[in-house]
Amino acid sequence: MKNPKFGYARPTTLDEALDLLASSEDAKLLAGGQSLLPVLALRLGSPDLVVDIGRVPGLDEITLAADGSVAIGALVRHAEVEDSHTVAGYAPLVAAAMPWIGHRAIRNQGTTVGSIAHGDPAAEMPAVCLSTSAVMTAVSARGERSIPAADFFDGFLTTALEPDEILTKVTFPPWRTGDRGAVVEQARRHGDYALVGLSARVHVTDGVIDEAVLAFLSVASTPVRVAAAEESLIGSAPSTDAYALAAEVVSNNLTPGADVHATANYRKHLAGVLTKRALEQALMSEVAA
Amino acid sequence: MSPQNEQGVRVVIGGTIDIECTINGEPVAVETEVRRSLSDVIRHEVGLTGTHLGCEHGVCGACTVLIDGKAVRSCLMLAAQADGADITTIEGLADGDEYHPVQQAMHDAMAFQCAFCSPGFILTTVALLDRKPDATGDEIKQELSGNLCRCTGYQSILDGAAKAVELMSETANPPGQPTADQASGERSDV
Repeated sequence: MKNPKFGYARPTTLDEALDLLASSEDAKLLAGGQSLLPVLALRLGSPDLVVDIGRVPGLDEITLAADGSVAIGALVRHAEVEDSHTVAGYAPLVAAAMPWIGHRAIRNQGTTVGSIAHGDPAAEMPAVCLSTSAVMTAVSARGERSIPAADFFDGFLTTALEPDEILTKVTFPPWRTGDRGAVVEQARRHGDYALVGLSARVHVTDGVIDEAVLAFLSVASTPVRVAAAEESLIGSAPSTDAYALAAEVVSNNLTPGADVHATANYRKHLAGVLTKRALEQALMSEVAA
Repeated sequence: MSPQNEQGVRVVIGGTIDIECTINGEPVAVETEVRRSLSDVIRHEVGLTGTHLGCEHGVCGACTVLIDGKAVRSCLMLAAQADGADITTIEGLADGDEYHPVQQAMHDAMAFQCAFCSPGFILTTVALLDRKPDATGDEIKQELSGNLCRCTGYQSILDGAAKAVELMSETANPPGQPTADQASGERSDV
């Protein structure tokens, strides 16, 4: 369909963008547009005002801090993240998620931070944020605040962002020695929404798993962790038995929905299979920077 | 991907916006509704109907164009976002009567049937080979998985893209001429 009518503004400073966002009851931010434009085209949303932040300076950088954390600005495209040596070296789980996101033509235009702000539970980046304990930087006319990923995803397409706030960057904490991770998913066609997926991070000290985060996508209204499965891994040496146990706990604990593509039981089963696959991948390879 | 026009736009409600960009090397200036997609402006206001619209929400890939050499879905972009951009549509590929190597390869492979999807497949392939001139069969398959064809079953299109890799490497390294890698004494396969 064709887009509904809306107002359009293209600010050239962050302050101007914040003023515009606060000026309307129903304003929507536009960065890459790969989530917003389908919403408009399908008329699932009809904002009064679209604030195009595409020309706001200072938001298009990937920065590596001295402590090894990596910050991605609001206008950095997925394709730039995918091609970044900094991300590959210092935020390998973010890099691992990129090939799963849509197709290259979508990644050329869509922004990584935009995908996080959109809060789609079927998207990869929200799960990656959970599994890496990413920190969101939200800016409004009232000031700047940091929101941990664990407090950010509130519900289906709903985040902790206030209507007048812009998510200007997302910071991924340092990837430590001993960190291992993998992003895996299953979709009907590569680039489609995953039936189930997960971003897994485990930390190994002296051959024993002492930290595990399993963050699933496409199984609930937000990305979700399965604490019982994570706990089952702690204290174990990486082994097929440990992975199989975690997989079983995942299948038993998740309560995914059913749709035309897959039944709930199929998704539960698939989540277990993917858990095993992610742990094997993570602990087999040395992805630590 | 960063259009050159750094100018801001004050709030436009229900009105029109002036856009200047380059399409296939020609400067283009149009006044259009702010809600219009880039694809609609290319087709209806610029008159370049080679850009096809299938799904109009980013799934089928038929509307793919190149912006600064990168493949982008023109239905998932407001024309206003493309203000200042350098755009290539399917009409801009051939050099006069001479096909672009990707077009020639697709033609040779009889890649398409109804050809509704062909502009998207061809431009996606052009962008891929620009990034990865020696793309493997798997890489081609992965890249083209974002484009839908309802006639062919895809094999002929994949064959065409593989042929394009050959054709372009021949053009870049004519037989008898040492390749850049050979000339510098380095192996290209390591």
